[in-house]
Amino acid sequence: MTTLLINKKKYTIDIDPEMPLLWAIRDSIGLTGTKFGCGIGACGACKVLVDNVATYSCLTPVSTVVGKNITTIEGTSENLQLLQKSWEKFNVPQCGYCQSGQLITATSLLNSNKNPSDNDIDDAMSGNICRCGTYQRIKNAIKHTVELKKQR
Amino acid sequence: MSDIQNISRRVFIKNMGLASGGLILACNYTLFSKEIKSENLTEFNPNLFVQLNSDGSLIIIASRSEMGNGVRTSLSSVVADEMEADWSRVTVKQAVGDEKYGDQNTDGSRSVTYLYETMRKMGAMTRMMLITAAAKKWKVPENECVAQNHFIIHSSGKKIGFGELVDTVQTLPVPTTISYKNPKDFKYIGKNLKSIDIKNFVNGSAIYGIDKRLPNMKFVAIARCPVTFGTVKSFDKTAALKIRGVLNVIELPKIERPFGPLGGVAVIASNTWAAFKGREALEIKWNYGKNEGYDSEKYMAELTERVHKEGKVEKEIGDINKAFGEASKVVESTFQLPHLAHAPMEVPNAVAWVQGDTCEVWAPTQSPQTAREEVLAYLGTTKDKVTINVTFLGGGFGRKSKPDYIVEAVMVSKAINAPVQVVWSREDDIKHGYYHTVSSQYMKASLDTQGNVTGWLHRSAFPTIMSTFKPGTEYPAGWEASSAADVPFEIKNLKIESGQAPAMVRIGWMRSVINILHGFSINVFADELAYAANQDPLEFRLKLIGSDRIEDTKDPIKYDTARLKNVLKKAAKNANWGKPLPKGHAHGLAVHYSFNSYVASVVEISMVDDKIKTHNVHTVIDCGTAVNRDTIKSQLEGAAIFGMSIAYYGKITAKDGAIEQNSYSDYRMVRMNEIPKVHVEIVESTGTPTGVGEPGVPVIAPAIINAVYKLTGKRYYNLPLSDYDLA
Repeated sequence: MTTLLINKKKYTIDIDPEMPLLWAIRDSIGLTGTKFGCGIGACGACKVLVDNVATYSCLTPVSTVVGKNITTIEGTSENLQLLQKSWEKFNVPQCGYCQSGQLITATSLLNSNKNPSDNDIDDAMSGNICRCGTYQRIKNAIKHTVELKKQR
Repeated sequence: MSDIQNISRRVFIKNMGLASGGLILACNYTLFSKEIKSENLTEFNPNLFVQLNSDGSLIIIASRSEMGNGVRTSLSSVVADEMEADWSRVTVKQAVGDEKYGDQNTDGSRSVTYLYETMRKMGAMTRMMLITAAAKKWKVPENECVAQNHFIIHSSGKKIGFGELVDTVQTLPVPTTISYKNPKDFKYIGKNLKSIDIKNFVNGSAIYGIDKRLPNMKFVAIARCPVTFGTVKSFDKTAALKIRGVLNVIELPKIERPFGPLGGVAVIASNTWAAFKGREALEIKWNYGKNEGYDSEKYMAELTERVHKEGKVEKEIGDINKAFGEASKVVESTFQLPHLAHAPMEVPNAVAWVQGDTCEVWAPTQSPQTAREEVLAYLGTTKDKVTINVTFLGGGFGRKSKPDYIVEAVMVSKAINAPVQVVWSREDDIKHGYYHTVSSQYMKASLDTQGNVTGWLHRSAFPTIMSTFKPGTEYPAGWEASSAADVPFEIKNLKIESGQAPAMVRIGWMRSVINILHGFSINVFADELAYAANQDPLEFRLKLIGSDRIEDTKDPIKYDTARLKNVLKKAAKNANWGKPLPKGHAHGLAVHYSFNSYVASVVEISMVDDKIKTHNVHTVIDCGTAVNRDTIKSQLEGAAIFGMSIAYYGKITAKDGAIEQNSYSDYRMVRMNEIPKVHVEIVESTGTPTGVGEPGVPVIAPAIINAVYKLTGKRYYNLPLSDYDLA
């Protein structure tokens, strides 16, 4: 049995410890906000926070994250919630499918960098593909969130 | 009454069969009227699209699929606006696949074109009935009552909420003539509405097909033959069955239909990962079949040979040979564009549950009625036994118009008598798609001494989409050829030809379809001619389009060259065309008419470390009446990125019959670090609303190529630019 701590809740599941975290979250635990995009860490749709750092869940065996704090799009974190509000303000999503991964990656960026430059945003976000092409709005929403935080 | 409805319905379906806009305007709204039910007094359903509840909540039905196109928001807002409903009281419910909704195929950028007037009717008739109900209740004349933001208000000042009228309105007849709001009074149409689903998109609760779960549902991965239409010779499942979580392995036959599954070996498991792992452990021997020899590089050479010879004449005006003979200058070029894959972020997938002779499906599909037809064809049951539920689509781009993956799920569910979810891996998606066609094009034009174009020859060879519907078809359909033939240039001698091209993979339609190749070649060649004539590409192009006129396209929505020139002029103005740019920067332009909309883009590029950097894209669209301005803007922002991915990286190749690319690692997409600023202007118009999702794509790649020429003096005729190490 494997016990995972996801969104501050413990889940004990009977799975192959080598199963990637993505499939444990989606198929065994049933949280489907985290998405499958490629399975090889090339698109970022599957990203979750592991101890506050954005991580490709499709490449992460569950055995390596036992005891760590995992946050998915369904979870809470100050930066995530601020970013979600900005995403709404800028009407970012088109199909919406990649946005969980985009939001998690942006949260990770703001967790480690209070004042990211355009280049910092590009560097952090370039692991995430949006086939609809919402990048400009994502960028604007991140910058808006940074400004909001500065004003507080 | 029911006879009248049936007649109008048949007329309607017949009209919808003609692939054009405008005809919907003639549709009778009674098609969507339902018999008023008197037994349930807490809800009011004046038609198939509107349900008003006694608590005032309003449910509007979306008959089209949501894949980022914003259709659940735009069409619902049209109903709500005409109804004078409060948008905050609206929830949208997704329709199942059913002919009673008319055409539900969400492709061709035509959802709003087809349904705008109908949705206005649905809202307006509801508003009128609510006014009648209030007048009756108050015993006052109807003309003393108005609808305003979910209330009916009497001239005396008294008011009543829509919900409170539900019991009275039930008994009223459907109005026979409809009065519409004055467009000046629109509250939602023409404004910037946020997606009605936005909260669910940002908190992860939106349910896409891949997120659907049923009790005891099994997860399925399918091994398909690397060569298109190859079949299973034999397989050994021993190792696969030893994988933890793998439950069963079965063979699936190939189904000989346009959207029939390719067949293969299905691994059924308790989770997706086990299904994928089990599939890797299969040992399969294949009969590769007749496409085993497909080598896309050799094939391109063959196509090119073909366009360098005379082909099938699609259109001829004047005498091009005479024009070429008398020319001051002749220019000729050949363009080669590869196959492309849709690669939507959400891979093809479907949940199906076959129980006896009934079947229920949950799937991300652009065309639930097509899915139902295909499922019916497989199961041989009756229509009422098959339900297709439409989930959110994590992108579609045309891939999810083809329900092969849905039939796969139905086949497996039937075989193992359990609910299943078939999930494609990204590799499956890249290797077993319905590809955008591969093409070679030859163009030749003559110029007189003043630099006027006197002759225009355009030859294309590409496997046709019709080969998917009618195997063996080797020449384009009329609508495919017409995207070259309808070139809006005033040229006296013109010839359009098609070359033979057998399909070696499944050919499908991808966002903007045939316009990808013809929009590219026409825009690049016209730019090349401008330089050959020593003229500014903008001035040259405006002259080439020529007089203000209606082009003869046989489409009820007219092609107006004045509107085409207008978007080009506006894009040039917005980009400061002709004004000095930062050192090392250059502009390129393209303009194209597709899906009844006019789009021009001017791009600004530079070279950074010998790679192209796109800095700005100025796009202008004239799509008639703008229903949701923010959706239009976002669609064009997205189209710029989609077009850039085509220009920079888009290339699918085949060797020994198998697709060589695997995933986003080698079928690359533009990413955040590469994006330009995209500036969008929407031309003010009260015309018929026309396409938005697709027409922004075809202009991007040629505009980039034209800018590269301006900057470097080198003309690139083939895509992608990564083949030249420029991206």
